[in-house]
Amino acid sequence: MATALIIAEHDGSTLNPATAKCVACARDLPDTQITVGVFGDSSADVANAAAQLDGVSHVAHVDNPANTQPLAAILAPQVAALAADFDYVFGPSTTFGKDLMPRVAALLGVNQISDIMAVSGAREFKRPIYAGNAITTVSVKPDYKIVATVRAASYKAVAEQAAVDVESKALDVTLPDHTRFVSVQSGASDRPDLQTAPKVVSGGRALGSEEAFSIIFGLADKLNAAVGASRAAVDAGYVPNELQVGQTGKIIAPDLYMAFGISGAIQHLTGIKDAGTIVAINKDEDAPIFEIADIGLVGDLFTVIPEIEAAL
Amino acid sequence: MDKIIVGLKRVVDYNVRIRVKSDGTGVDTDGVKMSINPFDEIALEEALQIRERGDAKEVIVVTIGTADAQQQLRTGLAMGADRAILLETGDQIDPLSAAKAMLKLIEEEQPGLVLLGKQAIDNDNNQTGQMLAALWGRPQATFASKVELQGDKAAVTREVDAGLETIEVDLPAVVTVDLRLNEPRYVKLPDIMKAKKKPLDSRPFADLGITTDDAFSVTHYAPPEQRSKGVMVDDAATLVAALKEKGLI
Ligand SMILES: Cc1cc2nc3c(=O)[nH]c(=O)nc-3n(C[C@H](O)[C@H](O)[C@H](O)COP(=O)(O)OP(=O)(O)OC[C@H]3O[C@@H](n4cnc5c(N)ncnc54)[C@H](O)[C@@H]3O)c2cc1C
Ligand SMILES: Nc1ncnc2c1ncn2[C@@H]1O[C@H](COP(=O)(O)O)[C@@H](O)[C@H]1O
Repeated sequence: MATALIIAEHDGSTLNPATAKCVACARDLPDTQITVGVFGDSSADVANAAAQLDGVSHVAHVDNPANTQPLAAILAPQVAALAADFDYVFGPSTTFGKDLMPRVAALLGVNQISDIMAVSGAREFKRPIYAGNAITTVSVKPDYKIVATVRAASYKAVAEQAAVDVESKALDVTLPDHTRFVSVQSGASDRPDLQTAPKVVSGGRALGSEEAFSIIFGLADKLNAAVGASRAAVDAGYVPNELQVGQTGKIIAPDLYMAFGISGAIQHLTGIKDAGTIVAINKDEDAPIFEIADIGLVGDLFTVIPEIEAAL
Repeated sequence: MDKIIVGLKRVVDYNVRIRVKSDGTGVDTDGVKMSINPFDEIALEEALQIRERGDAKEVIVVTIGTADAQQQLRTGLAMGADRAILLETGDQIDPLSAAKAMLKLIEEEQPGLVLLGKQAIDNDNNQTGQMLAALWGRPQATFASKVELQGDKAAVTREVDAGLETIEVDLPAVVTVDLRLNEPRYVKLPDIMKAKKKPLDSRPFADLGITTDDAFSVTHYAPPEQRSKGVMVDDAATLVAALKEKGLI
């Protein structure tokens, strides 16, 4: 029986849904027992939530005041110590996992498989390269510890199960003091989360200003949708960076994605390829986004949005 | 600090639409435009600005790649780097080995800061900087959108899923840069001429004595599943009706 360790992502009290998607990926590994590793500070609630993810057989819980904030330099030596006995070590392909997992891999002396989209076998995986323009099948030689990040948009979160055992672990590792958390600034809102929302309304450069972007927020609120944006809109300062969708922003898979005034650059499309239905509104009938949109409408977004709202 | 090392990878230009070869053995890169990885240009711009502010004396650009990559190093020199090092190899170097090679240069050069891109847009690995920091036993500040040097420390703002996170790291450290850190300068013709005289030290990667990692092999390349072109509708009412029919709103 092989063993997989999934590194949980959380904010101290709640488990990030990306963790349940990593578990879904690990469940595709043949004959593998799944442990979730929860590294935090007073994070019992998170460990208990992890214990209820369907397919998990064990939770290893490491509480340490040094783990209040998820700093890769602090977490990596602990994860590497815990990972010693596992065949697979997976983390989510979120900024948390992308920051942490390669540091873990290097401490374990291995390369990492980034962004697993599919498990093709015990030692064979699919992952995208060139902004998703090519999908490679990567095969890993025997007896090589497989450290990987899992592309969350490729998986559906596993369901819940009756809680399994949570084991508290004390790890004997020296932690560095060269890296310190200062602050985090987020435009926290009551709106649905971009990474998990079933509906996303997104705006591009065409919005023209921060004030004008409010038309996107207005429609999103009427649809109970999350708000996204193109890089051009973020660069121009219309919305904060955490709303960026695409190769270097968030890769999302909502049931409905509505793009207003977004041209459809490949770096943007990479972020929405797994969306259920893509709707594009653009005043240029030749905009590349129409090539991949399920429903397209040529028009000026500033007139179309009020019309949509009126028709709801 | 004295020196900043910047990693420049030669990659297929971001405007090129990559195609997978029909036999699934690779992607077609014949004759396509090659450029400096866009993130690395931003890393270099940051290093140059730090030097111009007087916080560093020398900026060294480093590439692991083929002899052709001299072209990208020359561009880096034309942007303003002081000297270049090419670790020449015909092979694709895995991120762990790239990090080991950079560590060797770090041991030689003793930089106060290493600036890399957050990811190379060919393999989209997003690993090298984190691995280098681990092997070096130094801090990492990934996905940076702001770097403030404060003596022997740096405050780095990072673009994370939750928003903007600021961390403080002791120097030396590895910083990997995100797109909004700065806007790289354009290279001017006289700078290209000047760059020809700047030192470019080319040495065989093999001389470093690093055994590269052969654990991964790519057995197949496939084009992504294509989304088919959908329907065009004439007005907002038809659009809303279609979405209602699909049960999406
Ligand atoms: C390394 C790299 C990574 C990148 N990563 C990302 C990423 O993660 N995400 C991302 O989005 N981009 C990314 N980009 C940038 C990408 O290449 C594009 O520049 C960007 O997506 C363009 O944003 P846009 O569509 O909003 O703007 P534009 O391309 O300028 O398009 C604006 C569109 O709005 C339309 N329009 C204008 N006015 C109206 C109106 N009144 N009503 C309706 N339509 C209107 C226009 O016809 C046009 O099609 C990246 C680029 C690089 C080099
Ligand atoms: N062969 C290389 N030569 C120079 N720099 C590299 C090389 N490979 C990776 N890097 C640096 O590491 C960053 C991240 O690369 P990667 O981990 O491959 O996505 C790049 O943006 C470069 O700054």
